[in-house]
Amino acid sequence: MIEIKNLTKQYGPVTVVDQVSLSIPRGSITVIVGTSGSGKSTLLRMINRLVEPTSGRVVINGTDTATERAYLLRRGIGYAIQGHGLFPHRTVAENIATVPRLLGWNAARIRARVQDLLNIFQLDPGAYAGKFPHQLSGGQQQRVGVARAFAAEPAVLLMDEPFGALDPIIRAKAQDDLRDIQRRFGTTIVLVTHDIDEAFRLGDRVAVMSQGQMLQYDRPAALLIRPADPFISRLTGTGDRAMKLLSLTTAGEAAEMGSAEGATVPASATLRDVLSDLLWSGAAVVTVIDAAGMPCGRLTLAGILAHGRPR
Amino acid sequence: MPVPDGGRHRLVGDKMGKSLARGHAIDRLGALLCLIGLAAVIGLPFVVFKANRIVPGSARSLLQIFPPWEVLAFYGVLVLVAATALGSVSARVRLAAALIGVAAVTLAIGAAGDVLTPLGNKVVRVSPGASFWVLLVCLGLLATDAITRLRPGPAMRVLFLVLFAVVVGAVLASGLLDHLSVMREYEVNASRFAQEARQHVFLALGSVTGAVLIAVPVGILCHRIPLLRAATLGALNLIQTIPSIALFGILMVPLGALAAAAPFVTDIGIRGIGTAPAVLALFLYSLLPVVANTIVGLGRVSPAAVDAARGMGLTNWQILTDIELILAFPVILTGIRIVLVQNIGLATVAALIGAGGFGVFVFQGINQTAIDLVLLGALPIVALGFSCAVLLDALVETINRTAR
Repeated sequence: MIEIKNLTKQYGPVTVVDQVSLSIPRGSITVIVGTSGSGKSTLLRMINRLVEPTSGRVVINGTDTATERAYLLRRGIGYAIQGHGLFPHRTVAENIATVPRLLGWNAARIRARVQDLLNIFQLDPGAYAGKFPHQLSGGQQQRVGVARAFAAEPAVLLMDEPFGALDPIIRAKAQDDLRDIQRRFGTTIVLVTHDIDEAFRLGDRVAVMSQGQMLQYDRPAALLIRPADPFISRLTGTGDRAMKLLSLTTAGEAAEMGSAEGATVPASATLRDVLSDLLWSGAAVVTVIDAAGMPCGRLTLAGILAHGRPR
Repeated sequence: MPVPDGGRHRLVGDKMGKSLARGHAIDRLGALLCLIGLAAVIGLPFVVFKANRIVPGSARSLLQIFPPWEVLAFYGVLVLVAATALGSVSARVRLAAALIGVAAVTLAIGAAGDVLTPLGNKVVRVSPGASFWVLLVCLGLLATDAITRLRPGPAMRVLFLVLFAVVVGAVLASGLLDHLSVMREYEVNASRFAQEARQHVFLALGSVTGAVLIAVPVGILCHRIPLLRAATLGALNLIQTIPSIALFGILMVPLGALAAAAPFVTDIGIRGIGTAPAVLALFLYSLLPVVANTIVGLGRVSPAAVDAARGMGLTNWQILTDIELILAFPVILTGIRIVLVQNIGLATVAALIGAGGFGVFVFQGINQTAIDLVLLGALPIVALGFSCAVLLDALVETINRTAR
């Protein structure tokens, strides 16, 4: 649980972050979204005190971050940035081992952890542990960067545009992987992006910032249905907001009782994808199956459409 | 579309490609070197004979020294080397030809010394003439060009250097060249030679070591504080513009005054003349390249890597020593290489203020118009500078290869 209370940062006469307060639940992904210059990165960097706040407090799990030495605080918080920031003179394994080493883990534990993380991030330890960053592709470098941030099993992970340098296909995969790994470890993630689609894709909650102010901090659907400010409508776009809304609900969550003949969709598919399938095949109803392949309900065209309207 | 023949040949690895692409054409560098060598053989003396150390010498042609068939054999070897240099052969063959040429020229000059020196006579001087030096330079360039085309790795280049040093040492030790004037000067100055060699190395290495200890921290500060950067670089640039003799002279004043005012300073060897002002001057000249390269090297470290390091909880000291300095090291080392080679040359002038070094022979030789003595000082300086350049270049390249 991260409590941010009246956090303000001023550089001379310029207020970059203005009296921002938000409460980030444990084990969730919170995405801070905004245009460049909105103060979103500064807000993130005040959480691990890369930027010292002018006023206000950050409390992580009941401890005021200002009471700890900055570098010790940072060792307990994961940190991943755009362009990965890998150390070019160190191997993949050494890069990932950075924080565990700082924390004084023994060699065997570090080795085991590096192996685990490489496997989790789909990099064969035998092939990649000894490689240098310049020998990897952009997507692999980025995965190592995120793996390094997870290395010391931090309760909190800060990410500043971590997927900004990736092409769209690799980015989508990286986002899905991050969700899976976050669920697996139960890490509390605060992620900064300028990409509203990324915010909707990843965020349990989304905080919208503009000109140093926090305009709205809510569930993604609420940003579409009840935007607190015209800027938020402009950011999310109104042309396809019904489709965006559908993309926030999964088939499993919307499934009705009953079953149907013919096609099936996985429970993890979004309603947007199911609707697209139905339109394409001309069917009016589809069976939802769970991860084990067992039917767990059905979805009708009308039922799906109802989810695309604000309620 | 058919690929033109020449174009296809150029695709074959570079060193082979060059000769193949040229086909039957004449190697341009080889042709130039052959022309220069030919002109030197025709127009300049190979050997100069002097009745004693300081009288003007008279040129001797090879035919005056050796029987005709030996002279013919010598020129035959040179013609073969020239033909190899002109033609398009592999770099290995060119290198071998150049080395055979060097051996032939060296043997000839050594033998000329033996023939021209009457038994037991220590007064006559036999010096290599201008055409010997020109031929040696041409052959040296031919060898260097061949080595460059072979693209040897750092370890191989160091091996070449060691082999070269061993061969030169063996030739000098064999007594082959003992009747040449330079070796005569060495014989007279043998005990001082070792001492001045040590002093020369001390002047160069000592000043560079001191400069690195000061300049790297100064460079780090300049990297951190931009305001300091302009002022520091400006001041160091100013020092760099002072001619070396002037700087040695300028430093004599304050150091002399210091020694006069505080006797204990004299006890530790600091005086207005001698080693102290020389090391100080060389130290001052060394600051700019090392400071500048430290700033450039640190500036090239990826800001993302530094940000990530700080964000993961490395302390400022750890960021400096574990990340920034290691990544900047190849560039800093390049700066050190520059000042080391520079100081090996500059230390020569230090002899003028009584600091010793190989410059002692150079300036004594100039004063006595004894060119052989000048060479006794100059040749080791060139060899020392060249060796340091090869060694440090190899080191820089090795580091660049491993840590990118």
